[in-house]
Amino acid sequence: MPATGGAAGARAGIGFDLDRAWQLHPQVSVRPERFGALLYHFGTRRLSFLKSPALLTVVRSLADAPSARAACEAAGVTEAELPPYAAALRTLAASQMIRAREDQ
Amino acid sequence: MTLPLVEQFQYGLDAPICLTWELTYACNLSCVHCLSSSGRRDPRELTTGQCRAVIDELDRMQVFYVNIGGGEPTVRPDFWDLVDYATAHHVGVKFSTNGVKITPETARRLAASDYVDVQVSLDGATAEVNDAVRGPGSHATALRAMANLAAAGFRGFKISVVVTRHNAGQLDEFKAIADRFGAQLRLTRLRPSGRGAGVWDELHPTAAQQRQLYDWLVARGEQVLTGDSFFHLAAYGEALPGLNLCGAGRVVCLIDPVGDVYACPFAIHDSFLAGNVRGPGGFAAVWRDSELFARLRRPQAGGTCRACSAYDSCRGGCMAAKFFTGLPLDGPDPECVKGHGQRALSAAAGAPWPRPFGDHSHRSRPVPVSIGRRRPPDRACDENPLAGFTNKKQPPKEHAAWRDE
Repeated sequence: MPATGGAAGARAGIGFDLDRAWQLHPQVSVRPERFGALLYHFGTRRLSFLKSPALLTVVRSLADAPSARAACEAAGVTEAELPPYAAALRTLAASQMIRAREDQ
Repeated sequence: MTLPLVEQFQYGLDAPICLTWELTYACNLSCVHCLSSSGRRDPRELTTGQCRAVIDELDRMQVFYVNIGGGEPTVRPDFWDLVDYATAHHVGVKFSTNGVKITPETARRLAASDYVDVQVSLDGATAEVNDAVRGPGSHATALRAMANLAAAGFRGFKISVVVTRHNAGQLDEFKAIADRFGAQLRLTRLRPSGRGAGVWDELHPTAAQQRQLYDWLVARGEQVLTGDSFFHLAAYGEALPGLNLCGAGRVVCLIDPVGDVYACPFAIHDSFLAGNVRGPGGFAAVWRDSELFARLRRPQAGGTCRACSAYDSCRGGCMAAKFFTGLPLDGPDPECVKGHGQRALSAAAGAPWPRPFGDHSHRSRPVPVSIGRRRPPDRACDENPLAGFTNKKQPPKEHAAWRDE
């Protein structure tokens, strides 16, 4: 199950707008690992984890996708599989790892 | 389902999350518990060019940041150049300092960077408690550095405290100091490493203090950092925030001033030496291919701790703490909250402790005498004038650190 580090990771994806356009925060560095990826935010000096390679694909494609939902679809995430991805993205948004894009 | 992260981390990462890099053994202080027995510069220390080559490698490996320490890293003439070089190459820097070089101008420069974090060491909320461990005037130096950082607008710098028997009652005062300067408090564990081996008996917190520390940390949650150093206290119940796992060779390591790579900052000893950054393949080859690190990344047997109900929480505690107190690595931590460590220490009384490795202490400046360095007699009846020296003669190699399972 994809999730990110942090206590909020287990919570549902309530409050995350899948239909908005998102992007990684410019101060975040992503490093792929066997289990998914490590994320480090140089501004907040916080570390996060992506617990699956699929979630990494989603996060990496956010900036070029019209919406988070589209990024998930492109990564092969089905409608039924969406909730844990939304929850993970919500946690990433809460910790400023990703942010809504201004360009829409 | 994927494994919990703690399980993933046990098998090691492609590169460290962060690593400790001690840039020099030179230090203006002579703290009695110095992990790296620092004082004098080592003539073999990495040159500016070699340090830059290490940074290039860390950049390629995507190591997010380095914890730079020493010694006192800021006394290296090229220190600020190396900090700039690292941050220009996507390697963030957090450096530990006693504050000696943090002038108002330096503080302003640091405050202007998003990629540099500062950690000022303070081991007593009062000068009396601090200076007994860190030396005369060191409390005033640290507080002046903090005032300079705060005045420059540096928010959230760290105040790093090694918890000892003498300052364990000052936790609220430390927090108040941090709050006063807009800083974040960081508490870490006293390790019997380096010169710390000589004072550990007298300085490590009592069992009662350890319990109070745990309760205090649990109550403050993520407000107080711990460098994940108190994971052995998870055996009390709830785990503290952070990674409750020994990260040695799996997610962290140490590069020492001469380029030697050790499993962790608390294990400067032959038994934990994985290689040198000047070797073929550099740091990356050491991290990926060292036999020592490969062993550390295999599942650990747990030994006598396996039978304990708390093993899944504390995982046997700190490898370096066990090693330098002469305890087997697959047994309890010397500060095991269940008391198993104390019993193991009593049972092993008289057995030699491994000798700290690579002493760079100042020769002419002994540590303050107010905190004794003497260990208890090897045996209660031991009156031989050589008592206590026997363990210093123990060749490091004789302490086989690892047993293949």
